Amino acid sequence: MQSDEKSYTQNTKRNTRAMEFKVPTMAEMMAAGEEPEILFWVGCAGSYDERAQKITRDICKILHHVGLKYAVLGTEESCTGDPAKRAGNEFLFQMQAMTNIEVLNAYNIKKIVTGCPHCFNTIKNEYPGLGGTYEVIHHTQLIQDLINEGKLKAEGGESFKGKKITYHDPCYLGRANGVYEAPRKALEVLDADLVEMKRCKANGLCCGAGGAQMFKEPEKGKKDINIERIEEALLTEPQFIAAGCPFCMTMLNDGVKLKDKEQEVKVLDIAEITARANGL
Amino acid sequence: MVSQIIFVLLAIAGTALFAYNARKVIRNIKLGRAVNRNDKPQERLLTMAKVAFGQTKMAVRPVPFLLHLVVYLGFVIINLEVLEIMIDGAFGTHRVFAGLGGFYNFLIGSFEFLAAGVWLACAIFLIRRNIVKIKRFSGVEMKSWPKSDANYILITEILLMTAFLTMNAADVKLQTLGAAHYIEAGAFPVSTWLQGLLPNNTDSLIFIERFCWWFHIIGIFGFLNYLPYSKHFHIMLAFPNTYFSNLKPKGQFTNMDSVTNEVKAMLDPSFVPADTAPGKFGAKDVQDLTWVNLMNAYTCTECGRCTSVCPANITGKLLSPRKIMMDTRDRVEEVGKNIDKHGADHQDGKSLLDDYITREEIWACTSCNACTEACPVNIDPLEIIVELRRYAVMEESVAPASINAMLGNVENNGAPWKYSPADRFNWAEGN
Repeated sequence: MQSDEKSYTQNTKRNTRAMEFKVPTMAEMMAAGEEPEILFWVGCAGSYDERAQKITRDICKILHHVGLKYAVLGTEESCTGDPAKRAGNEFLFQMQAMTNIEVLNAYNIKKIVTGCPHCFNTIKNEYPGLGGTYEVIHHTQLIQDLINEGKLKAEGGESFKGKKITYHDPCYLGRANGVYEAPRKALEVLDADLVEMKRCKANGLCCGAGGAQMFKEPEKGKKDINIERIEEALLTEPQFIAAGCPFCMTMLNDGVKLKDKEQEVKVLDIAEITARANGL
Repeated sequence: MVSQIIFVLLAIAGTALFAYNARKVIRNIKLGRAVNRNDKPQERLLTMAKVAFGQTKMAVRPVPFLLHLVVYLGFVIINLEVLEIMIDGAFGTHRVFAGLGGFYNFLIGSFEFLAAGVWLACAIFLIRRNIVKIKRFSGVEMKSWPKSDANYILITEILLMTAFLTMNAADVKLQTLGAAHYIEAGAFPVSTWLQGLLPNNTDSLIFIERFCWWFHIIGIFGFLNYLPYSKHFHIMLAFPNTYFSNLKPKGQFTNMDSVTNEVKAMLDPSFVPADTAPGKFGAKDVQDLTWVNLMNAYTCTECGRCTSVCPANITGKLLSPRKIMMDTRDRVEEVGKNIDKHGADHQDGKSLLDDYITREEIWACTSCNACTEACPVNIDPLEIIVELRRYAVMEESVAPASINAMLGNVENNGAPWKYSPADRFNWAEGN
């Protein structure tokens, strides 16, 4: 949150963990006269934030692994307008929304998976009123579906068996849209030791980033919200804290660092855990 | 005969005064902007049945849930007895429903248990507030009137229940003494035990019975007229408030139609907006909020569940969702009084934003919806906060510098950070 520069250093270099496949773009698909089954909406954090880029690549690896025909917008993607809307700038939100809807409709998009609960909420709930109606799911829901369909298991990779994992509910996935089970389902297949924090599901505590807080200093108070949250997470004595949102990821990671627990506790996205468990 | 006339006059005056004040509240609520909440009547009825009648959202906290349930059931069921009291009062009868026989005994018996339950629950509530000092009943907004308001309500309920039970105790004693007019009717499983505290003299007992009867019914009319001034108004407004509550996903904020028109016109010069009056963007004062926001404010009973789960408040920030609701009610009351005194167009130079709710409060919100989830009657403080932000950002262009920087980045780069749109796909490099 505070340390923009630190948390958000852009990684323009070639990635160290390069992917062994090409990520298809909509433009390429269209040129080839093809249509994807699903569009992967990456989001700003997933595109630019170094830490979130890893999650983005892992989502692609999962999509590639199960053989789902997908594509991304690449440079044609733009901010959904979510932070502008939460900050009260409806003009900017609708400008962004209508521009994006134009692109999505031009590509005849029917189904979208997002890597971010904020993008998920905005496209799913707020775009239909502006002419953009799609079936929108969050990547944890896609993972749940793939597990249910038997296309995705937890084998061939790192074993999380018996590992202590606690899951942090992102507000815009949980309370905002009632998605509590999908991410937990993705963790259940790991045969791990899932421990809930005292405040979880509908009662989950925000990481402190929502409502455009991600982009500003917090107001003065006793402590930062992510510290309050990480203290609660650490009470479960986890080896992993599972997240489902790139903003929560930043907040939780900063918290773990501030508590000097980087060695003992790793914060991983559900997509990263899934990719690891499958050796992707 | 005289007492019957006094009673009828009292009943008329009590009801008329309440109607007068209730109409004022309705007028104040209607100062808000229009919003359509008449869709999906079935789902709305179901929501009201579950949340208001069924108290489902109270169950999250089992101890207050059980205590509150007793008081709630007491309020609803003992009102059947009030019907009898009204008829007795108007026609000079005594226990007019006694003819129901065994069923009547069952009713009176259950009222007694409920009355004792209400008495006990209210006593525990007083202890929780004043002795145990449960945290959510404190806070900057819970000083002076709001604090006394809660205690007055509880003390009144205890007094009413005491009067009710004492009345029954005197009655049952008069019944056993065979006093004229006091027919043998009812079962008194609780007040039987209070008989020992009462004198054995018939005249004194009649005095006590009558005194308690009048005290109880005058108390009820008094309490009725206290409601429009009190947080206790929730006992009525909880029902319409849940009926008209938001049925959409909590994360979905309203899309402003006035903005849609302008943006469409900007993107497509040939677009002709259907409605050409854009009005004000967002809310500066209560009239800019919707009538649902204002009804929410009158419904709030200041229980503080919202504030106790608010991440900003928990970590010591100024924001308290309960204060947002209380400020909104205080301001709309003030605007209402201005209208009464000076006419509809009076401007007092004050507004909800800044005079009641500060910028620091609205910018501390993470829009996490913990407050709306926690509210047992579906009040939405978040919508008010967002409307105030909309005014600050769109009408005044006043926001924290870092927010302005973020908005500038979204506008120029299509991302909240200052990165080039051309680099957006770099994460896939190494393909």
